[in-house]
Amino acid sequence: MSPIDPVLLFFILGLTAGLLRSELRMPAAVYDLVSMLLLLTIGLKGGVELARQPFADLALQAVAVVAMGLLLPLVAFPVLRYLGRLPRADAASIAAHYGSVSVATYAVAVAYFTRQQVPYEAHMPFLLALLEIPAIVVGVLLARGISRDMRIGVVAHEVFLGKSIVLLIGGLFIGWAAGSDGLAPVKPLFFDLFKGVLALFLLEMGIITASQFGSLRKCGPFLLVFGIAMPLFSSVVGMLLGYALGLSPGGVAMLAILAASASYIAVPAAMRISVPQANPTLSLAASLGVTFPFNVLVGIPLYHAMTVRFLGSG
Amino acid sequence: MTGTPRKLLTIVTEAALEGLLVKDFESLGARGYTITDARGKGSRGRRDAAWDENRNIRIEILCDAVVAEAIARHLEATYYEHYGMVLYVGEVLVRRAEKF
Repeated sequence: MSPIDPVLLFFILGLTAGLLRSELRMPAAVYDLVSMLLLLTIGLKGGVELARQPFADLALQAVAVVAMGLLLPLVAFPVLRYLGRLPRADAASIAAHYGSVSVATYAVAVAYFTRQQVPYEAHMPFLLALLEIPAIVVGVLLARGISRDMRIGVVAHEVFLGKSIVLLIGGLFIGWAAGSDGLAPVKPLFFDLFKGVLALFLLEMGIITASQFGSLRKCGPFLLVFGIAMPLFSSVVGMLLGYALGLSPGGVAMLAILAASASYIAVPAAMRISVPQANPTLSLAASLGVTFPFNVLVGIPLYHAMTVRFLGSG
Repeated sequence: MTGTPRKLLTIVTEAALEGLLVKDFESLGARGYTITDARGKGSRGRRDAAWDENRNIRIEILCDAVVAEAIARHLEATYYEHYGMVLYVGEVLVRRAEKF
């Protein structure tokens, strides 16, 4: 087995092509399709497993994970505001990005765990979907001192009916309703092609990430440091929570990865509408330009190793 | 060509605003609009439409001078400060003037 997962090589190819200003681009409609397939696949996989879980366990995990989603932006905000000296709206918006999750990072983690043959709770996508939302609410509230004319209905629509939430929850529901056997006819498209779809997706993600580097240079070193330090901190929070919830070792590592990931789809869209003062360039430079490549290339194996060591010593 | 004079209001802005703007147009009296995906470059840098956060749209509205003025004023007051938005108005001739 080669030491590096081929899907990561696709990411590095996209990154390199972007940095060299190649004219390589994935058509927007293809990117849409590929990201839809990923979201649905992840939802379906989780949904199948959801039906087998006892409700009480799920409810406890759900509450704990939502609490973590509320807590992480509250930790990030003062750091950004006072250490980073960022304007309130920007600090709130970036904090929301880091409290929420990145489905792409989760998808890479799924590929990594499959390769390493590490089992984990298969209903993890349920927790993933839950983690998307609370940080957005906290971010909007943190910024609200300067945005009183906010249209709550519009924000709620953006948060709950955004593309990624609808596809993820929809996939969970379909998987739950259809069950493993029911999904057999669509398995070739969603499950068998998962790695290939992920590879294409990461190719484009590499190009998009490279396009963030330019704005990152203008933002200064603080966001660079924050973009690495924050996920390291969050991963420890996620790991401790997973341990407290009694998840399997793979599940604990997965929750660490979820906590460490930063959103770049659901949160930017919601923040753009609800906190217009926040500069989207800053938050995307941090979450896409720093944290996403860090997590995908270094973070996932790191958090996994950290969890193994923690559980080994405990 | 003969026809009735109307205003053609063209707005180029961030795709994120589409839902909000559509509601605004209807409440301000526009009877229709056309939205297309757009790419380009302006004071806020290049917008290449490669993915969601970097998408632009171009909106065209045919309407009378009163509605055009109302929409322009509303957009200026509401969105100019924080969003990338370009707006211009032209005189055009339309047939079937009762539609616009």
